Amino acid sequence: MKIGTPKEVFEGERRVAMTPDSALQLQKLGYECAIETGAGEAAGFSDEAYKAAGVEVLPTAAQLFKAVDIVAKVREPNETEAKRLTKGQTLISFFWPAQNKELMELCQSKGASVIAMDMVPRISRAQKMDALSSMANIAGYRAVIEAGNNFGRFFTGQVTAAGKVPPAKVLIVGAGVAGLAAIGTATSLGAITLAFDVRPEVAEQIESMGAEFVYLDFEEQAQDGAATGGYAAPSSPEFREAQLKKFRELAPEVDIVITTALIPGRDAPVLWTKDMVEMMRPGSVVVDLAAEKGGNCEITEKDQRVVSDNGVVVIGYTDFPSRMAAQASTLYSTNIRHMMTDLTPEKNGQTNHNMEDDVIRGATITHEGEITFPPPPPKVKAIAAQKPKEKAKELTPEEKRAAEVAAFKKETKTQVTLLAIGGALLLAVGLVAPASFMQHFIVFVLSVFIGFQVIWNVSHSLHTPLMAVTNAISSIIILGALMQIGSGSFLVILLAALSVFMAGINIFGGFLVTRRMLAMFQKS
Amino acid sequence: MEFGFTTAAYVVAAVLFILSLGGLSGQESAKRAVWYGIVGMALAVVATLIGPGSGLWWLSIILIAGGGAIGYVVAKRVQMTEMPQLVAAMHSLVGLAAVFVGFIAHIEMARVSGMDQETKDALKGFAKLIAKKEAVELNILRVELFLGIFIGAVTFTGSVIAYGKLAGKVTSAAKKLPGGHILNAAAAIISLICLIWYFSTGGFFPLFVMTLMALFIGYHLIMGIGGADMPVVVSMLNSYSGWAAAAIGFSLGNDLLIVVGALVGSSGAILSYIMCKAMNRSFVSVILGGFGGAAGPAMEVEGEQIAIDADGVATALKEADSVIIIPGYGMAVAQAQQSVSELTRKLRSQGKEVRFAIHPVAGRLPGHMNVLLAESKVPYDIVLEMQEINDDFPTTDVVIVIGSNDIVNPAAQEDPNSPIAGMPVLECWKAKQVFVSKRGQGTGYSGIENPLFYKENTRMFYGDAKASIDSLLPLIG
Repeated sequence: MKIGTPKEVFEGERRVAMTPDSALQLQKLGYECAIETGAGEAAGFSDEAYKAAGVEVLPTAAQLFKAVDIVAKVREPNETEAKRLTKGQTLISFFWPAQNKELMELCQSKGASVIAMDMVPRISRAQKMDALSSMANIAGYRAVIEAGNNFGRFFTGQVTAAGKVPPAKVLIVGAGVAGLAAIGTATSLGAITLAFDVRPEVAEQIESMGAEFVYLDFEEQAQDGAATGGYAAPSSPEFREAQLKKFRELAPEVDIVITTALIPGRDAPVLWTKDMVEMMRPGSVVVDLAAEKGGNCEITEKDQRVVSDNGVVVIGYTDFPSRMAAQASTLYSTNIRHMMTDLTPEKNGQTNHNMEDDVIRGATITHEGEITFPPPPPKVKAIAAQKPKEKAKELTPEEKRAAEVAAFKKETKTQVTLLAIGGALLLAVGLVAPASFMQHFIVFVLSVFIGFQVIWNVSHSLHTPLMAVTNAISSIIILGALMQIGSGSFLVILLAALSVFMAGINIFGGFLVTRRMLAMFQKS
Repeated sequence: MEFGFTTAAYVVAAVLFILSLGGLSGQESAKRAVWYGIVGMALAVVATLIGPGSGLWWLSIILIAGGGAIGYVVAKRVQMTEMPQLVAAMHSLVGLAAVFVGFIAHIEMARVSGMDQETKDALKGFAKLIAKKEAVELNILRVELFLGIFIGAVTFTGSVIAYGKLAGKVTSAAKKLPGGHILNAAAAIISLICLIWYFSTGGFFPLFVMTLMALFIGYHLIMGIGGADMPVVVSMLNSYSGWAAAAIGFSLGNDLLIVVGALVGSSGAILSYIMCKAMNRSFVSVILGGFGGAAGPAMEVEGEQIAIDADGVATALKEADSVIIIPGYGMAVAQAQQSVSELTRKLRSQGKEVRFAIHPVAGRLPGHMNVLLAESKVPYDIVLEMQEINDDFPTTDVVIVIGSNDIVNPAAQEDPNSPIAGMPVLECWKAKQVFVSKRGQGTGYSGIENPLFYKENTRMFYGDAKASIDSLLPLIG
């Protein structure tokens, strides 16, 4: 079968869906490749380069559409292109089926299969064809570069002979792929980077990229990114308020703001309001990566660079990947190539459109004359569901006090009960036992008491020496033997002598070994 | 010499003993504290030798010197890994001495009670003390020495078995004779009957029967307790040896014996309590042996154990900034503490933060690991207790588990049906990476599957602990 890529017709689009490199790879899968003349020109790939890679160069788009079985594009087709599709042909491109219903129906009526690159499910296996991520990565990088282009200072702080330069402070709102790429770029340029996201679980990712996570002091059931396939979901009005308050605090300090907050299937939330822009220092830059969906910044104008009254530059370009056409084309064509690899399990140049496959099923929006959008939920969850965190309930001061009082009362109660029982027992013993016994008994009870008090303070690491010492001093039993040794028969002397002997071993052994152990404990 | 002098010496000795135990609250003060104990003991012995009631002091001194020489040699020669055995063996000596002293008291009592008043007056030494006692006091004396002999005998055989188990001379598995605890209970009941019998007749026979029973209980009770519960057993025997001394002290009317016995007894009791708490088990369940039955089927363990070689571990260690090492009994068995210390020294010299996490029941003796690490010159201020370090695992790059199993088992927290559910454990799985140095696959002492070994961030570093750590040393700069 033959794969072909026409020249992008959308104005200003410089990317191309096939590069000479990807063509070579596609040929390895058994496909023939074709390209419309000049298709790669804007991205820096000449017709000659394609020819050298064994790609057939066709003069017009119409001829290309006729000649190939599979059309690979970047942007969704316009009406003319869609009409050129024929039955059995496959189109692979970004499509945005939810927004482009009519176009989808047109393709369906033509009998073509459409694989929308923006519908590839977010599961680990499909990462290699996740074109949204690869484009977002470029957008994040480019956003920082674009900001630097419009920002009159260094990113990094320097102390030079000509004076001290403070580092730029960059705030990145939304730590998706684009946000993380922006963090990486900004930190590697030397800026102080702050980042915010509504999903607290990304804090670790943010910190791993070298930025500081902006914590919101807000108690709400944290958003579970897993439930929405790793994307953010709309937040409650209270949360939004808290968020805006934090941003207002930050606005006067930051030099560059890059907003990337998008919620799937909705307009972009307004997070950087007009008054925040007014609070920023002149010469600061806002780059709004959500401009296509209305923008996160209130004064963003789509595809425009506007300057606010106080001299803040607000950039609302929507074509960041296209501005880096060579890089974007390389990555996108690789995504396409991976998609083709999955579609061609036999590597024989014949597609096997396996609708049982989660990834292929998810990306396919029309197939064999049917509309197959929206797809059923994938069998594999994108991200493991978060375990609900068990958090100790915060007690109010009154409750805390009440608990303390209750604990104190309980403690008093047990202590008093124990004392009462102990006292009663003592008295009971005292009633029957003779005075001489009671004398010793009091000594005994007090010693046990002292023992308990003293031993609780022994440090854990010294438990072994403690045992050795107690062992040594428990051979105090030698006193008993010594007292007895002089009285009575031979048997008595023998037993007592044995006892003295054994206790002697114990005393010396116990103390010496303790000293040996204690001498080993050393401070570093 | 006056009786008053001896008493005064006893008071001083008692104070010294209390200070000696109290001084163990810190490593530095402990070095002073042990001298208090030594002086106290010397004072007590000297005071008794020259005090009333003793004779044959030249024989006594020779015997003490002889025993001391043996004790000296043993203490110099013993390996730190053999410390649990040594402590157990010493307990057995105290137990046996208590039995002997108890028997002597009985013999003397029988002899004195047969005398008339005149001969009684002519008596000296211990016999004189007995001769002065009234009938009620004699009865109480019987109970006291009976108890002293009973506890002493249990301590003796128990300690001998504990020694055998710790030294590997007796199988460390929990073993019971057919009949199990019923045998123990029967022996205890027979002893009780003997007590009543002895109390009313004062004959030698019931005392003898009871001694046999107590010896049996000591043997059988400790045989039924497995190797990993030994910390509890040893501290329990420690406690018993104290109580035996206290009971003998009562029968001899010697306050110093009572004081020291009570100190040692309560010390052992507290240690047992701490150990039991660290295993989340009740004292009774430990003593009765074996783990309680599981409440339900244990959680299925998913995943597989992934092995790693020395190169992999070395690379991870080189990249890590913070390392925590969790030693267990396996380190003691493999004598790996020197290698571990060397590893620690190397890592620390590269500016990495290395710490040790010690679970209260790691090893076979309370504080066993601390002593081993101290022996191999690991500074004690980087050796931390479970509570001190458990919260630090999430921020730690690498955890190395050396020869421990149950004390790092996440099932204790995750699986309510696990036999060790609720036992406090070291939460090492929260670290970025965990290496487990272990002989081979298989479960630990408790026979419980350890899900830690199957976790994604866990790598198994199979082999003898010492050989494994030694193979790491040249790879780390």
